[in-house]
Amino acid sequence: MNTILELLSDIDTEQSNLIKALQTVQANEGYISNEAISTIGNHFAIPPVEVEGVVSFYTQFKRVKPGKFQISVCDGTACHIKGASLVAGWISEFIGIKNGETDKDGMFSLETVACLGCCSLAPVMSINGKIYGNLERKRLIRVLKSYQKEAENDN
Amino acid sequence: MTIKRIKVGAGSCGIAAGASELLTFFQQEISDIPIVEVGCIGHCYAEPIVEIETDNGSLFYENVKPHKDYLDRILSLRDEGQLVIRPQRSDREMVKILSIAGRIEMNSINEYIANGGYEGLKKALKMKPSEVIEEVIISGLRGRGGGGFMTGTKWRFLSDKNSSEKVLICNADEGDPGAFMDRSLMESVPHQILEGMLIGAYATGATKLFIYCRAEYPLAIKNLKRAMEQIFELNLHNLNGRTVEIRLKEGAGAFVCGEETAMIHSLEGKRGTPRFRPPYPTDSGFQGLPTVINNVETFGNISLILREGGAEFAKVGTEGSKGTKLFALAGDVKYPGLAEVPMGVTLADIVYEVGGAEPGTVKAVQIGGPSGGCIPAEKFDAIVDYDSLKSLGAIMGSGGLIVIGNNRCMVETSRYFLEFTTRESCGKCTFCRIGTKRMLERLEKITGGEGTEADIDFLSDIGNKIVKGSLCGLGQTAPNPVLASLRYFRNEFEAHTNERQCPALQCNKLTDVIINEELCIECGLCVKTCPVNAISEDYIVNNSVCTRCNSCIEVCPKKAISRTKRGSGHYAVKEN
Repeated sequence: MNTILELLSDIDTEQSNLIKALQTVQANEGYISNEAISTIGNHFAIPPVEVEGVVSFYTQFKRVKPGKFQISVCDGTACHIKGASLVAGWISEFIGIKNGETDKDGMFSLETVACLGCCSLAPVMSINGKIYGNLERKRLIRVLKSYQKEAENDN
Repeated sequence: MTIKRIKVGAGSCGIAAGASELLTFFQQEISDIPIVEVGCIGHCYAEPIVEIETDNGSLFYENVKPHKDYLDRILSLRDEGQLVIRPQRSDREMVKILSIAGRIEMNSINEYIANGGYEGLKKALKMKPSEVIEEVIISGLRGRGGGGFMTGTKWRFLSDKNSSEKVLICNADEGDPGAFMDRSLMESVPHQILEGMLIGAYATGATKLFIYCRAEYPLAIKNLKRAMEQIFELNLHNLNGRTVEIRLKEGAGAFVCGEETAMIHSLEGKRGTPRFRPPYPTDSGFQGLPTVINNVETFGNISLILREGGAEFAKVGTEGSKGTKLFALAGDVKYPGLAEVPMGVTLADIVYEVGGAEPGTVKAVQIGGPSGGCIPAEKFDAIVDYDSLKSLGAIMGSGGLIVIGNNRCMVETSRYFLEFTTRESCGKCTFCRIGTKRMLERLEKITGGEGTEADIDFLSDIGNKIVKGSLCGLGQTAPNPVLASLRYFRNEFEAHTNERQCPALQCNKLTDVIINEELCIECGLCVKTCPVNAISEDYIVNNSVCTRCNSCIEVCPKKAISRTKRGSGHYAVKEN
């Protein structure tokens, strides 16, 4: 039995659980693969195109495998007026990838996201869910370097 | 004084500011005093916050760090740098819905009950369902999610429906960028929200209860799930013999799902597109069942209304807007965080008294997020209630309130909101899908220094057409940020188009970067930092190469580098 089937085994086949199924698969696999689309379609007895339609509608779902460290730069209102685009630019420049990209080693991916809800600490980013607030360039570079080091140690 | 407990603010803001490290440190260093995790008291600027509960009141310490000297200061109850006992930034605040938020252990139902929790539900269960609805109508409570519809009336519609199954949904899809009231409530007092929902279920006869929470709020989801388990253990979801079903559903990142028909589609496992009303959800909602959707803060208020009575609740507020309102205060203020104020205070009260902004430094507030608009500082004597804000071209919205300082560009701020709604438009209505895109293009043209007066006129013309031609609230309100900015700050738009200048020096294409020779100490940091080698060794910024990334401005130890009007910087063709 493959892992996607195992993941779906606890989920009821009623369509209102489709988003939950996609979230469960993505939490384990990191993204929604072609295989996941067809397996999930079978599970709910709906055509794959309908699953794809739901996946493409919601920004949470990724169709491409993300990097080991996912950097999300908050571009909510408070962060935006406090310089979120500068923060995104500094990260791009330091890691060498643009918004929406993953580096060639599969270590970092960068995306800008709608509000992370920590507006009073603006500008904010999160790396694999951990929030870093009040970002200024020096601190940002320090944080990125610590992740780079972690990535190197793991290799 | 003896110390009874140490409370660490461990909401999302607290954790982002270092509360987890602080908790670990305290647990290592302190063995004889209980340490508990509490939610947020609303003072995000002061996180991490530690409350020392003694037998004689509490002391609050702000910006606590995991160091021995901080610990010594706290344990000896030294009072320098502390907040007052019930921390309020100003007497304009009124703490009702937040009264126990951040003061009780996040995951303890017992502590919630000990502080008056579930008394509202208990009272409700002794009344007839129709009497509960009557109480909510007397309170005058209006929906806190943005629409401002009378909650009691909505409930009556649902209760009048003759159906064996009915659905009550809590809208916790707080998608407005800049709003975090609901997150804070769900993290800090999840039971207060659930109590409100159970009261609603009893009053309306709802059998299925859903909380639709955005997935970006993992801590809120965790705390709500824990609270639900506790409810099931104590069988609190048994309403006089009728057991209701409660489920939490995570959203997947779509702003439009805050719209009720879109949310229902999303709950059904479909694309979250809105549909035409009627039929209204009270007639045909989730899977065709009669459905009502209320917002998190609305449910939070319900618990209070039943506890203290509708008439008591209605004593606070203005003629048409009762009770208090939570605002997520952020932007250019000294004390960002959550602010609970009675309806009827002025914007000046919130911005200057609560937020601590210096008068004269603020240009406007943006209220209501991407559906709202800006209100200029000259109008800050306006009172805060549903109707007054609407007449000024903004909306109450869910309560995001961003203070915009003099150094921010209103055209760029409008462009930002349009970019957001363009991205979030579901694509169903032509006016919204294409109209917002066309508006965004013109705004980009203006901030890019290539706009004309005709572009400004186009914005207001098509903006009004999108309002008329869109099906749901997203499209109908999408042009608001631009239309309100045009109403109050047209001169800034004209400076961009006619003089090719950005008065706030924010739009990259309309600014240059210069180094002030008198301040520069020639340390070389900027030269080294510049990613495009735009700074020469004799410390001149070549503005034809510079990308305006601000890196040099950030690293300069003498603040010698700054932005200036376009045309006043140095331009040179780079030699290859």
